[in-house]
Amino acid sequence: MSNFLEVNDLRIHFATDDGLVKAVDGLTFGLERGHTLGIVGESGSGKSVTSLGILGLHRGGSARVRGEVWLDGEELISAPREEVRRLRGRKMAMIFQDPLAAMHPFYSVGRQIMEAYRVHHRVSKPAARRHAIDMLGRVGIPQPNRRIDDYPHQFSGGMRQRAMIAMALVNNPELLIADEPTTALDVTVQAQILDLIRNLQAEFGSAVIIITHDLGVVAELAENLLVMYGGKCVEYGSADQVFRRPEHPYTWGLLGSMPRLDRDVRERLISIKGSPPSLINLPSGCAFHPRCPYAGREGIPSLTEVPQLEGDGHLVACHLPVATRSRIFAEDVAPHL
Amino acid sequence: MTENLLEVTGLEKHFPITRGIIFRRKIGAVRAVDGIDLAVQPGETLGLVGESGCGKTTTGRLVTRLIEPTAGRVVFDGRDITHVSAGRMRPMRREIQMIFQDPYSSLNPRHTVGAIVGAPFRVQNIKTPQGRKKAVQELLELVGLSPEHYNRYPHEFSGGQRQRIGIARALALRPKMVVADEPVSALDVSIQAQVVNLLDDLQKELGLTYLVIAHDLSVVRHISDRVAVMYLGKIVEVAPRDDLYSRPLHPYTLALLSAVPVPDPARRDAAQRERILLVGDVPSPIDPPSGCRFRTRCWKAQEICAQQEPPLETPALDEVTAGHRVACHFPITPEERTGRGAQQAREAAAAVGEADD
Repeated sequence: MSNFLEVNDLRIHFATDDGLVKAVDGLTFGLERGHTLGIVGESGSGKSVTSLGILGLHRGGSARVRGEVWLDGEELISAPREEVRRLRGRKMAMIFQDPLAAMHPFYSVGRQIMEAYRVHHRVSKPAARRHAIDMLGRVGIPQPNRRIDDYPHQFSGGMRQRAMIAMALVNNPELLIADEPTTALDVTVQAQILDLIRNLQAEFGSAVIIITHDLGVVAELAENLLVMYGGKCVEYGSADQVFRRPEHPYTWGLLGSMPRLDRDVRERLISIKGSPPSLINLPSGCAFHPRCPYAGREGIPSLTEVPQLEGDGHLVACHLPVATRSRIFAEDVAPHL
Repeated sequence: MTENLLEVTGLEKHFPITRGIIFRRKIGAVRAVDGIDLAVQPGETLGLVGESGCGKTTTGRLVTRLIEPTAGRVVFDGRDITHVSAGRMRPMRREIQMIFQDPYSSLNPRHTVGAIVGAPFRVQNIKTPQGRKKAVQELLELVGLSPEHYNRYPHEFSGGQRQRIGIARALALRPKMVVADEPVSALDVSIQAQVVNLLDDLQKELGLTYLVIAHDLSVVRHISDRVAVMYLGKIVEVAPRDDLYSRPLHPYTLALLSAVPVPDPARRDAAQRERILLVGDVPSPIDPPSGCRFRTRCWKAQEICAQQEPPLETPALDEVTAGHRVACHFPITPEERTGRGAQQAREAAAAVGEADD
């Protein structure tokens, strides 16, 4: 294993009364230290389940987790639970979308940060407190030695998100997963938080996975991009490749349906017809085919199994032959992007 | 200049903060909306943008008279509706309707789609020549749903479809004006585009006037003819769309626009260089700063900003068009938008507040 994080054919299924939910179905990717991967997808595409799966937070429930997750040479899926717990919070940490829900309302912010630190380090309370104050200062909270005794509700939304980042980074994790870290925030605060994540990554050299539905946010942070649809990866490539020369019709749709400030105002947005599929009853073959404007073109059977991701570095799971795809992109798609 | 369909002058809404259970004493007020002027012309779309807590939703509720203003005047279609009673307001509701943000909480889960979309006919006691069921089915088709959905319940629909149901209900009585409060922010990206396009088509087809309240600057740019920017209960800038986005005059607008992430990795570094990061948070609307409300975070603030509230007016500057009004003592100059000037603005903005600590 060359990469710091290797995810191999990860499958996370949930057995429900209505049927088997294949939330993540065969996901493979790698990530090096100091690099940032963006996972993009709509609600229900499996992106959050993936992040919880990597952290081993699906264990013990109704989830069936298969595949391999290698973190720095250690396999996590088959590892004993205590072992994963030892790594979680220290070697890998997570920033959640809603800091108000992720923090305990009864305990002061400082106490929660100190707890995260003392679980993994044998230090005295005063030492942990000093460390927590230091962390709060580093994430840009003014007067950290006073704010440390405040409760989460006394912080504003942006401050809470900063405090949660401080909590995630308190043990200097080598892998940081940020699940929609700015979705609940205003745009000016979002800019502050993205700036903070970027600076902290440069400082700590962590590997970062950023999960979001906002293509603007990924373009700001990520070097590599993974586009998910119906629990599978449909396109993977460098941010440059995916934004400049997207290959999958779903990515085309995503980029086309987004109004952009850096382009002239278009008469109409290019929307994707229909809505995202239910994970219980995924369409056969390519899960995107009922919504794909190019499905069935030139006699391509959209119902058979999708070819494995193909390409060199830039991967795409699509039935369209490369030549056809290039032609469609040049004629239909590129003029609108 | 045509007659305005909606005209708002000096509109205020202060929510009282009280203490005590039996004897409720007023100890303060949240000044959610604090003296705004707005005019919407027939057939146009006015976008109202601002961050959370700036009073944009309260404004939407005031102009539709879901809540009563503390002061000011709301004139809709030539009639003063500022203080009309709920009973008097009811017939006027045919002409001004609302689309809500959350398609999950704004539809009654126990009612069928037919009952939900047909409710306006029932409440207003309007006879439909083709029969109510037929009328509802026509509305469903208008918003891109199937007439067979008549007997289904909201939980059977996806978020985007539910938002279409809410739109159908708002359009049932053929209103002149629709106030849409964050109509797409709860939807997935691909669905957002569908609903934005639908709102566009309906406006053309039915000659609607929109007041669109949203926080997403790119969506607002796409659908609006004119845009008003709110900050802490005040309108700080209003202008035709292209003027506002290409030549913002208020420092807050400039910072807001520069904060929007650019979905283009090649422009990443440039965007980050030009970005103006505001320091700190929006002050509390209970005790807003004196003078200009943005001054506490503004890099151009001087003494006068704390003493005098700047009026919303067209500044006497080159290249500023007539409809472009800004409430600022020191509007942004063209030099500050590019190159070295922008760089200086960025550094100055980052330094705001350092002196206070």
